[in-house]
Amino acid sequence: MTYTFDFGAVLDRAPELLWASLGTLGLALAGMVLALVIGLLGVVARSSKSKMTRTPVILFVEVVRNTPFLVQIFFIYFALPLMGIRLNPTVTAIIALGINGGAYAIEIIRGGVESVSRGQIEAGFALGLHKADVFRLIVLKPALRAIYPSLTSQFIMLTLTTSVCTSIAAYELTSAAQRIESDTFRSFEVYFTVTAIYLVISTLMMGLFALISRHYFNYPTR
Amino acid sequence: MGPIGENEFFFLMQGLKWTVLLAIVGFIGGGIFGILIALLRTSKKKVFRTITAGYIGIFQGTPLLMQLFVVYYGVALLGIEVNAWIAVAIAFTLHASAFLGEIWRGSIEAVPKGQTEAANALGLHYVSRMKDVILPQALKISMPATIGFLVQLIKGTSLAAIVGFIELTRAGQIISNQTYRPLLVFGIVAAIYFIICWPLSHAGSGLEKRMAKAAR
Repeated sequence: MTYTFDFGAVLDRAPELLWASLGTLGLALAGMVLALVIGLLGVVARSSKSKMTRTPVILFVEVVRNTPFLVQIFFIYFALPLMGIRLNPTVTAIIALGINGGAYAIEIIRGGVESVSRGQIEAGFALGLHKADVFRLIVLKPALRAIYPSLTSQFIMLTLTTSVCTSIAAYELTSAAQRIESDTFRSFEVYFTVTAIYLVISTLMMGLFALISRHYFNYPTR
Repeated sequence: MGPIGENEFFFLMQGLKWTVLLAIVGFIGGGIFGILIALLRTSKKKVFRTITAGYIGIFQGTPLLMQLFVVYYGVALLGIEVNAWIAVAIAFTLHASAFLGEIWRGSIEAVPKGQTEAANALGLHYVSRMKDVILPQALKISMPATIGFLVQLIKGTSLAAIVGFIELTRAGQIISNQTYRPLLVFGIVAAIYFIICWPLSHAGSGLEKRMAKAAR
Protein backbone atom coordinates (compact mmCIF):
# COMPACT_ATOMS: atom_id res chain seq x y z
CA MET A 1 0.00 0.00 0.00
CA THR A 2 1.59 3.25 -1.17
CA TYR A 3 -1.23 5.58 -0.33
CA THR A 4 -0.54 8.32 2.20
CA PHE A 5 -3.50 9.61 4.13
CA ASP A 6 -4.08 13.33 4.17
CA PHE A 7 -6.77 14.27 6.63
CA GLY A 8 -5.40 17.83 6.73
CA ALA A 9 -7.12 18.67 3.46
CA VAL A 10 -10.41 17.65 5.03
CA LEU A 11 -9.81 19.30 8.39
CA ASP A 12 -9.16 22.59 6.55
CA ARG A 13 -12.84 22.52 5.71
CA ALA A 14 -13.94 22.00 9.32
CA PRO A 15 -16.15 25.13 9.43
CA GLU A 16 -18.02 23.92 6.36
CA LEU A 17 -18.49 20.50 7.94
CA LEU A 18 -19.79 22.12 11.11
CA TRP A 19 -22.39 24.16 9.21
CA ALA A 20 -23.37 21.11 7.20
CA SER A 21 -23.81 19.16 10.45
CA LEU A 22 -26.23 21.83 11.59
CA GLY A 23 -27.97 21.44 8.23
CA THR A 24 -28.30 17.72 8.87
CA LEU A 25 -29.64 18.32 12.38
CA GLY A 26 -32.09 20.90 11.06
CA LEU A 27 -33.36 18.54 8.36
CA ALA A 28 -33.67 15.75 10.91
CA LEU A 29 -35.50 17.89 13.46
CA ALA A 30 -37.95 19.35 10.94
CA GLY A 31 -38.47 15.87 9.47
CA MET A 32 -39.20 14.45 12.94
CA VAL A 33 -41.76 17.15 13.75
CA LEU A 34 -43.54 16.63 10.42
CA ALA A 35 -43.37 12.84 10.86
CA LEU A 36 -44.93 13.15 14.31
CA VAL A 37 -47.74 15.36 13.00
CA ILE A 38 -48.42 12.96 10.10
CA GLY A 39 -48.19 10.05 12.54
CA LEU A 40 -50.78 11.48 14.95
CA LEU A 41 -53.18 12.59 12.21
CA GLY A 42 -52.72 9.23 10.50
CA VAL A 43 -53.58 7.28 13.64
CA VAL A 44 -56.73 9.32 14.15
CA ALA A 45 -57.76 8.76 10.53
CA ARG A 46 -56.74 5.10 10.73
CA SER A 47 -59.04 4.50 13.70
CA SER A 48 -62.01 6.16 11.99
CA LYS A 49 -65.21 4.18 11.56
CA SER A 50 -65.47 5.15 7.90
CA LYS A 51 -63.67 2.86 5.47
CA MET A 52 -63.17 5.83 3.13
CA THR A 53 -60.89 7.44 5.73
CA ARG A 54 -59.14 4.26 6.86
CA THR A 55 -58.19 2.77 3.50
CA PRO A 56 -56.09 5.68 2.16
CA VAL A 57 -54.05 5.70 5.39
CA ILE A 58 -53.42 1.95 5.21
CA LEU A 59 -52.45 2.30 1.54
CA PHE A 60 -50.13 5.23 2.34
CA VAL A 61 -48.35 3.28 5.09
CA GLU A 62 -47.89 0.18 2.92
CA VAL A 63 -46.61 2.08 -0.11
CA VAL A 64 -44.15 4.21 1.86
CA ARG A 65 -42.83 1.32 3.91
CA ASN A 66 -42.28 -0.92 0.88
CA THR A 67 -40.48 1.49 -1.44
CA PRO A 68 -37.00 3.04 -1.05
CA PHE A 69 -36.63 6.56 0.34
CA LEU A 70 -34.49 7.52 -2.66
CA VAL A 71 -37.34 6.73 -5.06
CA GLN A 72 -39.78 8.60 -2.80
CA ILE A 73 -37.64 11.72 -2.70
CA PHE A 74 -37.21 11.68 -6.49
CA PHE A 75 -40.93 11.25 -6.95
CA ILE A 76 -41.78 14.13 -4.61
CA TYR A 77 -39.02 16.29 -6.10
CA PHE A 78 -40.52 15.95 -9.58
CA ALA A 79 -44.18 15.76 -8.59
CA LEU A 80 -44.37 19.02 -6.61
CA PRO A 81 -43.45 21.33 -9.54
CA LEU A 82 -46.07 19.61 -11.69
CA MET A 83 -48.65 20.55 -9.08
CA GLY A 84 -47.44 24.13 -9.38
CA ILE A 85 -45.51 24.03 -6.11
CA ARG A 86 -41.95 25.28 -6.40
CA LEU A 87 -39.89 24.64 -3.29
CA ASN A 88 -36.20 24.67 -2.61
CA PRO A 89 -34.38 21.34 -2.14
CA THR A 90 -34.24 21.71 1.64
CA VAL A 91 -38.01 22.09 2.03
CA THR A 92 -38.58 19.27 -0.45
CA ALA A 93 -36.23 17.08 1.59
CA ILE A 94 -38.10 17.89 4.81
CA ILE A 95 -41.40 16.95 3.17
CA ALA A 96 -39.93 13.66 1.92
CA LEU A 97 -38.43 12.88 5.35
CA GLY A 98 -41.71 13.77 7.07
CA ILE A 99 -43.75 11.57 4.74
CA ASN A 100 -41.34 8.65 5.11
CA GLY A 101 -41.03 8.99 8.88
CA GLY A 102 -44.76 9.65 9.20
CA ALA A 103 -45.69 6.29 7.69
CA TYR A 104 -43.53 4.50 10.26
CA ALA A 105 -44.81 6.76 13.05
CA ILE A 106 -48.42 5.82 12.23
CA GLU A 107 -47.62 2.14 12.71
CA ILE A 108 -45.62 2.71 15.90
CA ILE A 109 -48.19 4.98 17.56
CA ARG A 110 -51.06 2.70 16.56
CA GLY A 111 -49.24 -0.30 18.03
CA GLY A 112 -48.66 1.59 21.28
CA VAL A 113 -52.27 2.68 21.64
CA GLU A 114 -53.52 -0.82 20.86
CA SER A 115 -51.18 -2.31 23.46
CA VAL A 116 -53.35 -0.77 26.18
CA SER A 117 -55.75 -3.56 26.99
CA ARG A 118 -59.51 -3.01 27.09
CA GLY A 119 -59.70 -4.55 30.53
CA GLN A 120 -57.56 -1.78 31.99
CA ILE A 121 -59.80 0.90 30.51
CA GLU A 122 -62.90 -0.88 31.85
CA ALA A 123 -61.22 -1.20 35.24
CA GLY A 124 -60.58 2.55 35.18
CA PHE A 125 -64.24 3.29 34.56
CA ALA A 126 -65.24 0.75 37.21
CA LEU A 127 -63.13 2.68 39.70
CA GLY A 128 -65.22 5.72 38.91
CA LEU A 129 -62.52 7.63 37.04
CA HIS A 130 -63.56 10.44 34.77
CA LYS A 131 -63.30 9.87 31.02
CA ALA A 132 -60.48 12.41 30.75
CA ASP A 133 -58.60 10.75 33.60
CA VAL A 134 -59.02 7.31 32.04
CA PHE A 135 -57.56 8.65 28.82
CA ARG A 136 -54.70 10.51 30.53
CA LEU A 137 -53.71 7.92 33.12
CA ILE A 138 -54.65 4.59 31.59
CA VAL A 139 -54.34 5.14 27.85
CA LEU A 140 -51.94 8.02 27.23
CA LYS A 141 -49.19 7.47 29.79
CA PRO A 142 -48.65 3.73 29.20
CA ALA A 143 -49.03 4.20 25.43
CA LEU A 144 -46.40 6.97 25.43
CA ARG A 145 -43.98 4.75 27.28
CA ALA A 146 -44.65 1.84 24.95
CA ILE A 147 -44.20 4.04 21.87
CA TYR A 148 -41.12 5.95 23.03
CA PRO A 149 -38.35 3.40 22.33
CA SER A 150 -39.47 2.51 18.79
CA LEU A 151 -40.33 6.08 17.93
CA THR A 152 -36.96 7.45 19.03
CA SER A 153 -34.99 4.74 17.22
CA GLN A 154 -37.09 5.56 14.17
CA PHE A 155 -36.03 9.20 14.62
CA ILE A 156 -32.37 8.21 14.70
CA MET A 157 -32.95 6.20 11.52
CA LEU A 158 -34.57 9.32 10.02
CA THR A 159 -31.50 11.36 10.95
CA LEU A 160 -29.28 8.88 9.11
CA THR A 161 -31.67 8.92 6.16
CA THR A 162 -31.10 12.68 5.73
CA SER A 163 -27.84 11.67 4.00
CA VAL A 164 -29.89 10.50 0.99
CA CYS A 165 -31.19 14.07 0.57
CA THR A 166 -27.86 14.85 -1.10
CA SER A 167 -29.45 13.34 -4.22
CA ILE A 168 -31.61 16.45 -4.64
CA ALA A 169 -28.78 18.74 -3.46
CA ALA A 170 -30.24 19.65 -0.07
CA TYR A 171 -27.76 21.34 2.24
CA GLU A 172 -26.49 18.73 4.70
CA LEU A 173 -23.41 16.69 5.63
CA THR A 174 -23.28 14.27 2.72
CA SER A 175 -23.62 16.99 0.13
CA ALA A 176 -20.81 18.89 1.89
CA ALA A 177 -18.73 15.71 1.79
CA GLN A 178 -19.29 15.37 -1.93
CA ARG A 179 -18.34 19.02 -2.46
CA ILE A 180 -15.15 18.67 -0.43
CA GLU A 181 -14.32 15.44 -2.23
CA SER A 182 -14.54 17.02 -5.65
CA ASP A 183 -12.32 19.89 -4.46
CA THR A 184 -9.64 17.86 -2.70
CA PHE A 185 -9.85 14.41 -4.34
CA ARG A 186 -9.38 12.96 -0.85
CA SER A 187 -12.38 10.63 -1.22
CA PHE A 188 -11.63 8.13 1.52
CA GLU A 189 -10.58 10.72 4.09
CA VAL A 190 -13.65 12.87 3.47
CA TYR A 191 -16.16 10.04 3.74
CA PHE A 192 -14.36 8.49 6.71
CA THR A 193 -14.46 11.80 8.59
CA VAL A 194 -18.08 12.47 7.73
CA THR A 195 -19.07 8.94 8.74
CA ALA A 196 -17.45 9.62 12.12
CA ILE A 197 -19.47 12.85 12.43
CA TYR A 198 -22.69 10.94 11.74
CA LEU A 199 -21.70 8.41 14.40
CA VAL A 200 -21.19 11.22 16.91
CA ILE A 201 -24.57 12.76 16.02
CA SER A 202 -26.49 9.49 16.32
CA THR A 203 -24.70 8.52 19.55
CA LEU A 204 -25.49 11.90 21.11
CA MET A 205 -29.12 11.58 20.05
CA MET A 206 -29.31 8.09 21.52
CA GLY A 207 -27.89 9.40 24.81
CA LEU A 208 -30.31 12.31 24.86
CA PHE A 209 -33.30 10.07 24.17
CA ALA A 210 -32.19 7.67 26.92
CA LEU A 211 -31.84 10.58 29.35
CA ILE A 212 -35.33 11.85 28.54
CA SER A 213 -36.68 8.34 28.92
CA ARG A 214 -35.12 8.00 32.37
CA HIS A 215 -36.74 11.23 33.53
CA TYR A 216 -40.17 11.02 32.00
CA PHE A 217 -40.91 7.37 31.31
CA ASN A 218 -39.67 5.59 34.40
CA TYR A 219 -43.14 4.70 35.62
CA PRO A 220 -44.32 1.10 35.35
CA THR A 221 -47.06 0.29 32.87
CA ARG A 222 -47.88 -3.23 33.87
CA MET B 1 -41.19 13.87 -23.87
CA GLY B 2 -40.32 10.44 -25.08
CA PRO B 3 -42.37 7.30 -24.86
CA ILE B 4 -41.64 4.47 -22.44
CA GLY B 5 -41.23 1.58 -24.84
CA GLU B 6 -39.84 -1.89 -24.94
CA ASN B 7 -36.21 -0.70 -24.75
CA GLU B 8 -36.78 1.41 -21.68
CA PHE B 9 -38.61 -1.39 -19.97
CA PHE B 10 -35.83 -3.83 -20.83
CA PHE B 11 -33.28 -1.41 -19.36
CA LEU B 12 -35.30 -1.22 -16.14
CA MET B 13 -35.43 -5.01 -15.98
CA GLN B 14 -31.66 -5.15 -16.29
CA GLY B 15 -31.43 -2.70 -13.41
CA LEU B 16 -33.84 -4.88 -11.46
CA LYS B 17 -31.57 -7.86 -12.04
CA TRP B 18 -28.72 -6.04 -10.25
CA THR B 19 -31.02 -4.91 -7.46
CA VAL B 20 -32.06 -8.51 -6.82
CA LEU B 21 -28.49 -9.80 -7.10
CA LEU B 22 -27.18 -7.16 -4.69
CA ALA B 23 -29.90 -7.98 -2.19
CA ILE B 24 -29.22 -11.71 -2.45
CA VAL B 25 -25.45 -11.31 -2.07
CA GLY B 26 -25.89 -8.88 0.82
CA PHE B 27 -28.35 -11.18 2.54
CA ILE B 28 -26.32 -14.39 2.12
CA GLY B 29 -22.95 -12.78 2.86
CA GLY B 30 -24.48 -10.81 5.72
CA GLY B 31 -26.13 -13.97 6.98
CA ILE B 32 -22.88 -15.92 7.13
CA PHE B 33 -20.96 -13.15 8.92
CA GLY B 34 -24.06 -12.24 10.90
CA ILE B 35 -24.18 -15.69 12.55
CA LEU B 36 -20.55 -15.23 13.54
CA ILE B 37 -21.25 -11.77 14.95
CA ALA B 38 -24.27 -13.08 16.87
CA LEU B 39 -22.26 -15.96 18.37
CA LEU B 40 -19.39 -13.66 19.37
CA ARG B 41 -21.86 -11.12 20.74
CA THR B 42 -23.37 -13.77 23.03
CA SER B 43 -20.04 -15.40 23.93
CA LYS B 44 -18.74 -15.71 27.50
CA LYS B 45 -15.58 -13.73 26.66
CA LYS B 46 -16.00 -10.02 27.29
CA VAL B 47 -13.49 -9.05 24.55
CA PHE B 48 -15.62 -10.66 21.87
CA ARG B 49 -18.77 -9.08 23.22
CA THR B 50 -17.20 -5.61 23.30
CA ILE B 51 -15.71 -5.79 19.80
CA THR B 52 -18.92 -7.02 18.20
CA ALA B 53 -20.96 -4.45 20.14
CA GLY B 54 -18.70 -1.76 18.65
CA TYR B 55 -19.03 -3.24 15.17
CA ILE B 56 -22.82 -3.31 15.40
CA GLY B 57 -22.90 0.19 16.92
CA ILE B 58 -20.87 1.66 14.08
CA PHE B 59 -23.05 0.18 11.36
CA GLN B 60 -26.30 1.05 13.12
CA GLY B 61 -25.13 4.57 13.96
CA THR B 62 -24.00 5.69 10.51
CA PRO B 63 -25.91 6.08 7.24
CA LEU B 64 -25.79 3.18 4.81
CA LEU B 65 -24.87 5.68 2.10
CA MET B 66 -21.70 6.66 4.00
CA GLN B 67 -20.83 2.99 4.54
CA LEU B 68 -21.07 2.52 0.78
CA PHE B 69 -18.76 5.46 0.13
CA VAL B 70 -16.18 4.46 2.75
CA VAL B 71 -16.00 0.83 1.62
CA TYR B 72 -16.04 1.86 -2.04
CA TYR B 73 -12.99 4.11 -1.66
CA GLY B 74 -11.44 2.09 1.17
CA VAL B 75 -11.23 -1.08 -0.89
CA ALA B 76 -9.59 0.85 -3.71
CA LEU B 77 -6.98 2.16 -1.25
CA LEU B 78 -5.96 -1.35 -0.33
CA GLY B 79 -4.52 -1.54 -3.83
CA ILE B 80 -6.90 -4.30 -4.86
CA GLU B 81 -8.25 -3.87 -8.35
CA VAL B 82 -11.96 -4.33 -7.83
CA ASN B 83 -14.87 -3.22 -9.89
CA ALA B 84 -17.77 -1.22 -8.51
CA TRP B 85 -19.94 -4.32 -8.21
CA ILE B 86 -17.57 -6.12 -5.80
CA ALA B 87 -17.01 -3.02 -3.67
CA VAL B 88 -20.74 -2.40 -3.34
CA ALA B 89 -21.38 -6.08 -2.58
CA ILE B 90 -18.76 -5.98 0.21
CA ALA B 91 -20.40 -2.89 1.69
CA PHE B 92 -23.84 -4.51 1.72
CA THR B 93 -22.42 -7.70 3.24
CA LEU B 94 -20.79 -5.76 6.09
CA HIS B 95 -23.93 -3.68 6.62
CA ALA B 96 -26.22 -6.72 6.66
CA SER B 97 -23.91 -8.71 8.96
CA ALA B 98 -24.12 -6.04 11.65
CA PHE B 99 -27.91 -5.79 11.52
CA LEU B 100 -28.52 -9.55 11.23
CA GLY B 101 -25.95 -10.12 13.99
CA GLU B 102 -27.93 -7.84 16.30
CA ILE B 103 -31.28 -9.41 15.36
CA TRP B 104 -29.93 -12.92 15.93
CA ARG B 105 -28.25 -11.94 19.21
CA GLY B 106 -31.66 -10.93 20.45
CA SER B 107 -33.15 -14.21 19.26
CA ILE B 108 -30.42 -16.32 20.87
CA GLU B 109 -31.00 -14.48 24.15
CA ALA B 110 -34.74 -14.99 23.79
CA VAL B 111 -34.36 -18.76 23.91
CA PRO B 112 -35.27 -19.69 27.50
CA LYS B 113 -32.26 -20.11 29.79
CA GLY B 114 -33.50 -23.54 30.81
CA GLN B 115 -32.64 -24.80 27.34
CA THR B 116 -28.97 -23.93 27.79
CA GLU B 117 -28.98 -25.43 31.27
CA ALA B 118 -30.62 -28.61 30.03
CA ALA B 119 -28.08 -28.89 27.21
CA ASN B 120 -25.28 -28.43 29.73
CA ALA B 121 -26.82 -31.01 32.03
CA LEU B 122 -26.89 -33.44 29.13
CA GLY B 123 -23.17 -32.82 28.73
CA LEU B 124 -23.47 -31.21 25.29
CA HIS B 125 -20.52 -29.23 23.96
CA TYR B 126 -20.78 -25.57 22.90
CA VAL B 127 -21.02 -26.52 19.21
CA SER B 128 -23.68 -29.13 19.71
CA ARG B 129 -25.54 -26.97 22.22
CA MET B 130 -25.70 -24.11 19.72
CA LYS B 131 -26.24 -26.16 16.57
CA ASP B 132 -28.79 -28.63 17.92
CA VAL B 133 -30.53 -26.81 20.75
CA ILE B 134 -30.27 -23.03 20.73
CA LEU B 135 -29.91 -21.92 17.10
CA PRO B 136 -32.89 -23.83 15.67
CA GLN B 137 -35.13 -22.21 18.28
CA ALA B 138 -33.47 -18.81 17.84
CA LEU B 139 -33.97 -19.05 14.07
CA LYS B 140 -37.70 -19.49 14.52
CA ILE B 141 -37.91 -16.56 16.93
CA SER B 142 -35.90 -14.34 14.59
CA MET B 143 -37.93 -14.99 11.43
CA PRO B 144 -40.21 -11.89 11.50
CA ALA B 145 -37.31 -9.51 12.21
CA THR B 146 -35.07 -11.24 9.68
CA ILE B 147 -37.68 -10.88 6.94
CA GLY B 148 -38.20 -7.28 8.02
CA PHE B 149 -34.50 -6.59 7.59
CA LEU B 150 -34.52 -8.24 4.16
CA VAL B 151 -37.08 -5.64 3.08
CA GLN B 152 -34.81 -2.90 4.49
CA LEU B 153 -31.90 -4.37 2.56
CA ILE B 154 -33.79 -4.53 -0.74
CA LYS B 155 -34.80 -0.89 -0.34
CA GLY B 156 -31.25 -0.04 0.72
CA THR B 157 -29.74 -1.35 -2.52
CA SER B 158 -31.25 1.73 -4.17
CA LEU B 159 -28.48 3.78 -2.55
CA ALA B 160 -25.93 2.04 -4.76
CA ALA B 161 -27.34 4.38 -7.42
CA ILE B 162 -25.67 7.35 -5.68
CA VAL B 163 -22.26 5.66 -5.92
CA GLY B 164 -22.89 5.29 -9.64
CA PHE B 165 -23.97 1.68 -9.72
CA ILE B 166 -26.68 0.97 -12.28
CA GLU B 167 -29.42 -0.89 -10.42
CA LEU B 168 -33.17 -0.34 -10.59
CA THR B 169 -33.25 3.22 -9.20
CA ARG B 170 -30.28 4.42 -11.27
CA ALA B 171 -31.78 2.82 -14.38
CA GLY B 172 -34.98 4.71 -13.61
CA GLN B 173 -33.03 7.94 -13.22
CA ILE B 174 -31.33 7.45 -16.60
CA ILE B 175 -34.60 6.71 -18.38
CA SER B 176 -36.27 9.64 -16.63
CA ASN B 177 -33.54 11.93 -17.97
CA GLN B 178 -33.93 10.54 -21.47
CA THR B 179 -37.71 10.59 -21.70
CA TYR B 180 -38.54 13.58 -19.45
CA ARG B 181 -41.24 11.54 -17.76
CA PRO B 182 -39.99 11.39 -14.15
CA LEU B 183 -43.36 10.73 -12.56
CA LEU B 184 -44.23 7.81 -14.79
CA VAL B 185 -40.75 6.29 -14.58
CA PHE B 186 -40.35 6.66 -10.82
CA GLY B 187 -43.93 5.47 -10.42
CA ILE B 188 -43.03 2.29 -12.29
CA VAL B 189 -39.78 1.92 -10.31
CA ALA B 190 -41.65 2.36 -7.02
CA ALA B 191 -44.24 -0.18 -8.14
CA ILE B 192 -41.52 -2.75 -8.88
CA TYR B 193 -39.98 -2.29 -5.42
CA PHE B 194 -43.45 -2.54 -3.90
CA ILE B 195 -44.23 -5.78 -5.73
CA ILE B 196 -41.03 -7.31 -4.31
CA CYS B 197 -41.19 -5.89 -0.79
CA TRP B 198 -44.89 -5.99 0.05
CA PRO B 199 -45.32 -9.79 0.05
CA LEU B 200 -42.23 -10.07 2.26
CA SER B 201 -43.49 -7.43 4.71
CA HIS B 202 -46.85 -9.15 4.75
CA ALA B 203 -45.30 -12.55 5.42
CA GLY B 204 -43.14 -11.07 8.19
CA SER B 205 -45.98 -9.38 10.04
CA GLY B 206 -48.22 -12.41 9.54
CA LEU B 207 -45.59 -14.62 11.12
CA GLU B 208 -45.18 -12.17 13.98
CA LYS B 209 -48.90 -12.18 14.72
CA ARG B 210 -49.07 -15.96 14.62
CA MET B 211 -46.10 -16.28 16.98
CA ALA B 212 -47.55 -13.71 19.38
CA LYS B 213 -50.79 -15.69 19.48
CA ALA B 214 -48.94 -18.96 20.05
CA ALA B 215 -46.96 -17.43 22.91
CA ARG B 216 -50.07 -16.33 24.72
